[in-house]
Amino acid sequence: MEPLLRMSLISKRFPGVQALDDASLEVLPGEIHALLGENGAGKSTLIKILSGAQQPDSGTIEFGGQSVTFVSPHDAQRRGIVTIYQEFTLTPNMTIAENVFIGREPGLGVFVDWRKMASETRAITKRLGLELQPMSIVRGLSVAEQQMVEIARALSMKSRLIVMDEPTSALSSAEVEKLFRIIRELKAHGLSIIFVTHRLEEVMQICDRYTVLRDGRLVGSGAIANTTIDGIIRLMVGRQVNALFAHREKTPAGDVVLAVEGLNRRGNAQDQNASVLADVGFEVHRGEILGVAGLVGAGRTEMARAVFGADPFDSGRVFVDGRQVRIRSPQDAIRHGIGLVPEDRKQQALFLALAVRVNLSMASHQRIMRWGVFMDETAERAMVEEFRKRLNIRMASPEQLIASLSGGNQQKVTLARWLALRPKVLIVDEPTRGIDIVAKVEVHNLLFEMARSGIAVVAISSELPEVLAISDRIITMREGRISGEIKGENATEEVLMSMMTLSAKAA
Amino acid sequence: MTESVHSEAQPPAKTDVFGFLARFAPLIFLIVLMTAFAIGEPRFLTPLNLFNILRQVSIYGLLAVGMTFVILTAGIDLSIGSLVAFAGLVAAAVSKGGVSNRFTVGAGQEAASYGWYLAALAAIGVGLAGGFLQGFAITRLKVPPFVVTLGGMSAFRGGALLFAAGGPISGFEPNFVWMGQGRVLGEVPVPVVIFVAFAVLAHVVLRYTRYGRQIYAVGGNPEAARLSGLNVRAVITSVYVIMGFFAGLGAFVLAARLNSAEAVAGTGYELTVIASVVIGGTSLFGGVGTIFGTVIGTILIGVLLNGLVLMNVSAYVQQIIIGIIIVLAVAFDTFAKSRRRVG
Repeated sequence: MEPLLRMSLISKRFPGVQALDDASLEVLPGEIHALLGENGAGKSTLIKILSGAQQPDSGTIEFGGQSVTFVSPHDAQRRGIVTIYQEFTLTPNMTIAENVFIGREPGLGVFVDWRKMASETRAITKRLGLELQPMSIVRGLSVAEQQMVEIARALSMKSRLIVMDEPTSALSSAEVEKLFRIIRELKAHGLSIIFVTHRLEEVMQICDRYTVLRDGRLVGSGAIANTTIDGIIRLMVGRQVNALFAHREKTPAGDVVLAVEGLNRRGNAQDQNASVLADVGFEVHRGEILGVAGLVGAGRTEMARAVFGADPFDSGRVFVDGRQVRIRSPQDAIRHGIGLVPEDRKQQALFLALAVRVNLSMASHQRIMRWGVFMDETAERAMVEEFRKRLNIRMASPEQLIASLSGGNQQKVTLARWLALRPKVLIVDEPTRGIDIVAKVEVHNLLFEMARSGIAVVAISSELPEVLAISDRIITMREGRISGEIKGENATEEVLMSMMTLSAKAA
Repeated sequence: MTESVHSEAQPPAKTDVFGFLARFAPLIFLIVLMTAFAIGEPRFLTPLNLFNILRQVSIYGLLAVGMTFVILTAGIDLSIGSLVAFAGLVAAAVSKGGVSNRFTVGAGQEAASYGWYLAALAAIGVGLAGGFLQGFAITRLKVPPFVVTLGGMSAFRGGALLFAAGGPISGFEPNFVWMGQGRVLGEVPVPVVIFVAFAVLAHVVLRYTRYGRQIYAVGGNPEAARLSGLNVRAVITSVYVIMGFFAGLGAFVLAARLNSAEAVAGTGYELTVIASVVIGGTSLFGGVGTIFGTVIGTILIGVLLNGLVLMNVSAYVQQIIIGIIIVLAVAFDTFAKSRRRVG
């Protein structure tokens, strides 16, 4: 079969980095194609070139049998290539229909034919099997629903190739299933999909063929049916990763370090009366890793932020080492030995314009001060060096901007920021989101090491295999409540899924 | 732990030409400008003229140092011109021993007047109070800095006009006037000494103290700063208090230099000062900038204005040029920011 898309020998150089080095990609008509590789392998750059957001230094693109060059995203969209990025491009205060037809509103001259816009939007959403009201405002939609609006927009543009960049990273398992159903639907209509993800299980589940990039080069491609997860990982990292999700030897849990009782919070941005947290209570022991599973919106992050003092809560008690403590701000939490690695690294943890050194020490200034006022930069450098070795942080210099590190190394710096404070309790929210597979294993090992050293770790993750691999004990949340608790060794994905989705019961 | 597998592109270790240019652009521009003026106008490069420039910029410079703190937190302070007028009048009144003495107590009649240091303290006190009020409104009432200080711009000017209902207050005791007109070491004007001293102090605070770190952190990513245990509200309030301090100090030096204080003093200062800070490389988006850059930016504007005066360019045209420069500097900053993201 003639490929729909053929990108050949694409090269692209940024200052100091060869992002793409003669990379190639072929996508057949009506297939779901996985574009794989570690962070920094060149996937995003290749997609940006395909979508017209960036121009290659060299190489050719053929689409539908014609040689093409895209000088802007608009250019690519006109040809039928639409890219849906992780960060959506919707206008939140407009209706679904307006977003779908933005820039191409049907009508006469400056007047918009609202009725036509609404009916065409409804036709598209119906085709996708969605129940979305064309005239409702985008702001109130869930992440999954917003993604559907993006897909509807792509369809309205009569696109032939849809590129999805990490479409499942912010979705719950149920929502992922729904998305996959829609992707298969699109495929049945003859569209091609390029699917970029870190989740290899999903690749095996939905994709037809794959292309793996490493260091900006094509290192392998073929049919999914003829390969395995291990085979793909070998291509991605260039060698075998043993014990991908290694279980560790369990250490007996110590005393209760953190106990939370009757945590309640009502009201979120959309709804003042929504029950965000309802009677949430749990305990974590010294040296234990407590996994927290739940669908997106189940209240996991909200629980973590409440315990850490980042968000207020209405009622509830928090105990550290058996003594009740009052936590009204992150400062209070830190004083009592509680740390939080937030879910969104760039928005909530990193200072992108500052050096690695400054980022790393941000929470532990007290440890490296002179005369209570000045920073002791010698001590600070020593601290950075200590963590660079211990956490295997790959960087050229401590003075390097943190923005120039890979996601995995950025996450290690964030973890080091808290380790430097020697916390009693460390809550990690999606500790491996968006980082490559090698760094992921390193982060897991680090969590194990932290537990071994006596820290009580609370690990929130949307990836069930991860929760299963790292947790001594797992609690699940559903609609703001703790819906179940289970020992790590007794848990399976199926059991967890039912605890997360069914009403509360003791497992 | 798994052996390190090098799959990521190593970060650029070699020097980035653009980064180098971005960092030293203000200094290079200053040197080019000075060379051009020196060639075009022989009087420009005399020590007298250079010290004149420095004396002229020292008040803008003091304000720009304070403004650097504010802009580093991604804030802005439009009220400083008005606050300068208000604080200057209060200093003048204190020096005279009361507003009602403005005509009876003149230069040289020291008996009924208070010392210059009390006048200075009064001006700084007014500045601190004004800054605190605005910082409070920004952090507690959650009104954007632009709006709060726009309100302050109007309110402080009104306060100054009310306070000086009878017109300017002029003619201070010699020690007061010396702070604005005197020279030390033969040539160096006192305001220049004050400016340099406080610029050095501010540099040390921003570069070497924990508080300085906190300012960069809060400006770079307030949410991450809060989640790292920093008291973001206190830091933001404090920069407006610092700005107020420099407004008060600047007001005092200005009154001393002019030997007069009036309600319309400081009009339009905010624009020149913000331009100086931005040209010096401090990002309006927060988290990026240095006092060194601000000093260069201030001198750059001073040299430009001085050169234009020597070349008989009208004051109106000067305003147009400042306006264009501020827009270009921000455009450059936006471009540099996008570069940071891509690289």
